[in-house]
Amino acid sequence: MILGSINPAVLFAALMVAATPILLAAIGELVVEKAGVLNLGVEGMMIIGAVTGFIIAVNSGSPFLGFIGAALGGMVLSLLFALLTQALMTNQVASGLALTLFGLGLSALIGQKYVGITPPRTPKLDLGPLSDIPFLGRAVFSHDIMVYLTIALVGGVWWFLKYSRAGMILRAVGENHDAAHALGYHVKRVRVFAIMFGGACAGLGGAYLSLIRVPQWTEGMTVGAGWIALALVVFASWRPWRAMAGAYLFGGVVVLQLNLQAAGVRIPVEYLSMSPYLITIAVLVIISSGKARGSLNAPGSLNRPFHASS
Amino acid sequence: MRAPLLRLEGLTKAYPGVVANDDVSFDIGEGQMHALLGENGAGKSTLVKMIYGLVKPDKGQMTLRGQPFAPSQPSQARRSGVAMVFQHFSLFDALDVAENVALGMENPPPLRDLARRIRDVSEEYGLPLDPARLVGELSAGERQRVEIVRCLLQDPKLLIMDEPTSVLTPQEVDILFLTLRKLSAEGTAILYISHKLEEIRALCDEATILRGGQKVATCDPREKSARELAELMVGQVLTPPERADKPKGDVVLQVDNLSLASNNPFGTSLKNISFTLRKGEVLGIAGVAGNGQDELLLMLSGELLAPSAQVRLKGAPVGHLGPNGRRALGLVAAPEERLGHAAAPDMSLTENALLSAARRKMLTKHGFIDWRKTERFADDIIGRFDVRTPGPHVLARALSGGNLQKFVIGREIELDPDVIIVNQPTWGVDAAAAATIRQALLDLAAKGAGVLVISQDLDELLEISDRFAALNEGRLSDTRPAKGLTVEDIGLMMGGAGDMHVAHKASA
Repeated sequence: MILGSINPAVLFAALMVAATPILLAAIGELVVEKAGVLNLGVEGMMIIGAVTGFIIAVNSGSPFLGFIGAALGGMVLSLLFALLTQALMTNQVASGLALTLFGLGLSALIGQKYVGITPPRTPKLDLGPLSDIPFLGRAVFSHDIMVYLTIALVGGVWWFLKYSRAGMILRAVGENHDAAHALGYHVKRVRVFAIMFGGACAGLGGAYLSLIRVPQWTEGMTVGAGWIALALVVFASWRPWRAMAGAYLFGGVVVLQLNLQAAGVRIPVEYLSMSPYLITIAVLVIISSGKARGSLNAPGSLNRPFHASS
Repeated sequence: MRAPLLRLEGLTKAYPGVVANDDVSFDIGEGQMHALLGENGAGKSTLVKMIYGLVKPDKGQMTLRGQPFAPSQPSQARRSGVAMVFQHFSLFDALDVAENVALGMENPPPLRDLARRIRDVSEEYGLPLDPARLVGELSAGERQRVEIVRCLLQDPKLLIMDEPTSVLTPQEVDILFLTLRKLSAEGTAILYISHKLEEIRALCDEATILRGGQKVATCDPREKSARELAELMVGQVLTPPERADKPKGDVVLQVDNLSLASNNPFGTSLKNISFTLRKGEVLGIAGVAGNGQDELLLMLSGELLAPSAQVRLKGAPVGHLGPNGRRALGLVAAPEERLGHAAAPDMSLTENALLSAARRKMLTKHGFIDWRKTERFADDIIGRFDVRTPGPHVLARALSGGNLQKFVIGREIELDPDVIIVNQPTWGVDAAAAATIRQALLDLAAKGAGVLVISQDLDELLEISDRFAALNEGRLSDTRPAKGLTVEDIGLMMGGAGDMHVAHKASA
């Protein structure tokens, strides 16, 4: 019995860890896209976050400083994107792709001396008696703080977009930037802040990979996580909780297929490796095609450059 | 004489290459309905943008109730009691009514209180609105109500309305006027921007007329005729188009009971469309924007294909043919959107002329373009339709809207079609150019072509059409002779009263 060797509590615990980096990047990109900007540089910002977080954590001995550094690293790279697309009015798609390539190259360069080093361990968050609950304790309450912060961040973003005035302005800018401008809102300022938030989140996601999930630095270690995050945002119809569900689904299938590989199932490894991507996309496509409005939920000004015409 | 609320003195604003406003001065009294009249490009928009804080004047000053007034951004203008209803609505489709209102306010109350206040104000002024509905689902008239309510919630002293009636049915216009009169009676001044002269004569007690960025006159519009106002606005004497009343010939275009889904998720599908168009006839099709005009044009031009027998050109089924096939048989079309649909923005006028005329004018030989001939053709259009441009090598996007419109309509007229379909032929075009275009369409009809004009400008349709129909939610009313139709009749047709005729027919 193959599945008998897989412990569901351990599986769920591993799923949350596997989903966290993608979810971080996705929730950041969701805010960026809600503001009407398409930043395809998520992968690049993630890997820059992974390398800066790793270097700072190794040199300072503190994983928390590492995470802060990673957020700043991702944010600095996103500012380059903001400068290109918001000030110099370059094409967002081309700039985002360039950002990814640039991030991958730059991270390989600055990370050269750090290959093969083990980073300082990030401690588990001590939740006291909660961790002793059977099953749930192992599956849900035995993680590092970043897992919980990420869930809190999803809730925060959901609340911000739905209930806060600033969130409403951000949605307005993404929905119709000409109208927002006519009402006197600062389209570019809002967008730059959103881009910076997206960069910080992507950086955190990258650092989660290099400091906790793997934990090591290797060149190109994000292996497409940024692209999955981008796809999640679209298929989640720009809804935060749905993005979380998608990320957990993806994480779940990743973990499951790894377990199946280890258990020696007689399915070629290549098929198992591609399964998380296929299943996640298939499920989210079905969800978002259900209602006509789901697919029409895209921000109206997404990927349209804004020129203030007097 | 009422005390001035807002005084403008010597306002000047120049952009590279053009002076948008040159030394404009006038007063708006407390509670006054003041019209700002002028053609496209006369500087009306720039002027109100300065009052609303979107544009900074180069020179001149404004005083509001005696205090210097120089808003550096709209929020400052709003705090001073200036509110504005925009021509292209400043609304957000994916947000609900209450959120849209909140975005236009300085210090909005919590959304629940706001929803209640929206209900109160909308009832008080006869503008029913549901705060929880998504704006994307509202009609044009309802969307305008959202804008007006947004302004009213801030107790404005001055309400600026930029072309508010261009998207409304005549009945909706009446409701709007009632609201505006009520506001004015309560002491709110209104700056009313329009080029519809009859409206201004009915509504306003003072009018300032701009031409070429300068003020030409401030007068009482009720004491002038519409004609005098128009001539002040245009600066020349206008001649109404001439038409020859000739008997109409055979049917050249026939559409039979055609239903067609829109290609756009927010579009309107066509439902049971039937009509005929005869040689030498002008058929006008009215309707508020978004009732299927775009789909009708696409269906007739061949961009949307139909079952072949349901669209007949001179008796031959053409429903299955694309635009080139139909053009070859003598049906041409000029869509509403000039840049990007009628013309390719980054191509020269010569190239744009080639795009639609290649076949009928035989501008290609063995698959190669005859550039000499093409350029001569483009030159002909420019000469005949008075397109103001340095030459045919200029990019389409470099032309002003009116000039490009003359070019794209002229291009189709020069093809000697048997049937021409135009959508909003004079939208955003100044009065002189509009007269040229209308005359050219009438001339074409006099030569024996069938002309189908889709427009939201009722005066235009009444001026040039022989027969008349209206689109409402994708349905076409019965066609009626244009002679003797009143604006009220048309309003009813546009509002869908024509449905009853359709129902009669279906049951008969």
